[in-house]
Amino acid sequence: MINKVVSGAEEAIKDISDGVTIMLGGFGLCGIPENCINALVNKQVKNLTCISNNAGVDDFGIGLMLKQRQVKKMISSYVGENAEFERQLLSGELEVDLIPQGTLATRCLAAGYGMPAIFTPAGVGTEVAEGKEVRNFDGKDYLMEYAFDADFAIVKAWKGDTAGNLIFRSTSRNFNPVMAMAGKITIAEVEELVEAGELDPDYIHTPGIYVHRIFQGKDYEKRIEQRTVRKSEV
Amino acid sequence: MFSKEEIAQRIAKEIKDGYYVNLGIGIPTLVANYIPKGINVVLQSENGLLGMGPFPFEGEEDADLINAGKQTITTLPGSSIFDSAMSFGMIRAQKVDLTILGAMEVSENGDIANWKIPGKMVKGMGGAMDLVASAKNIIVAMQHVNKAGESKLLPKCTLPLTGVKCIKKIVTELAVLDILPEGGFKLLERAPGVSVDFIQQATAGRLIVEGEIPEMRLD
Repeated sequence: MINKVVSGAEEAIKDISDGVTIMLGGFGLCGIPENCINALVNKQVKNLTCISNNAGVDDFGIGLMLKQRQVKKMISSYVGENAEFERQLLSGELEVDLIPQGTLATRCLAAGYGMPAIFTPAGVGTEVAEGKEVRNFDGKDYLMEYAFDADFAIVKAWKGDTAGNLIFRSTSRNFNPVMAMAGKITIAEVEELVEAGELDPDYIHTPGIYVHRIFQGKDYEKRIEQRTVRKSEV
Repeated sequence: MFSKEEIAQRIAKEIKDGYYVNLGIGIPTLVANYIPKGINVVLQSENGLLGMGPFPFEGEEDADLINAGKQTITTLPGSSIFDSAMSFGMIRAQKVDLTILGAMEVSENGDIANWKIPGKMVKGMGGAMDLVASAKNIIVAMQHVNKAGESKLLPKCTLPLTGVKCIKKIVTELAVLDILPEGGFKLLERAPGVSVDFIQQATAGRLIVEGEIPEMRLD
């Protein structure tokens, strides 16, 4: 079995340099690769293009990279939780490509499946369609959207093994499996790293072929954006 | 005039046994509280969950288990988890029976705008464009007029569009309306105590009134 294990976040991102395109898994703050984001913040690489559904919050997640102006361009579907992001966007300091969430996910999927483009009805007749090829199938219009081309994908999983196989937990799965498939180099940080053979092959979400580097992360904060609860039943 | 809760309650009456339903953020989220007793409905959350349960009990929140509004939630017996591509795959393939979402503006030909105010608010469309482009049945929950008293039911949307010719039903604090295939807001029901004239005043787009318009009932 090919061993994919690296020592930690610093080693995992060692060749991420200025100007590259990075995918980052997660939905909101759920399932984000906290260790690698912190390492990117410490490394202070700049002019990055980041593909991620959201942009973190002001003081956590990708928000930390935005604050340091490390991001040149952000490709996301929803950025409403980040005031600094909105400020940089409205002032023109940050280039932003807002795209429908399903389009974002499926452009990742296409990259991982070796398909150059997809057709989706999302955005037909809106400003998202500007400059894009429209094709009609069975009387309905679809936009042609290209597969992403990302230098790196950084994902967070619950468990992983030394061969790079990944298992995600609950809704922290979100974009992580499709981004894992889509990077030229994919880095996975996991809460628990085990030896190859310890995970049941039938329950692997992402096969290790898609993962190039894996390490066990530490000190996960797992911040909750909206803590909603109900009263305990007496 | 209906409160947000009452709008949600009225919309809940449209949900049928066996439906898979996607609820947007805001008033649509409240619909979950009013799903009629005795019917089986599965809520889809587009971040990758079918079978969304209620909020967790205090102390049982799980940071890994949230809905599309980033709220902590729970699963139910029969729930399933999947990735974002599959989530929008089932939406695009029309496996989801009903989508309920909010809007800033709706036009009389069924266009919807709910994601951007140029130069002012740029939050992004999230999953809204995918949902409106693919859903076979969409109900919009919205305020009939804005804070300045201007109608949000228009001849033509002024804000950047989310989707084109996709909305068929609207529930507001004043009325229940259908958007006809040939265009126009057809008034179906009015909120208790609200006159047809009042609704006419609050509707900038073409309002179609035929015969007696009954009051909305929540029971």
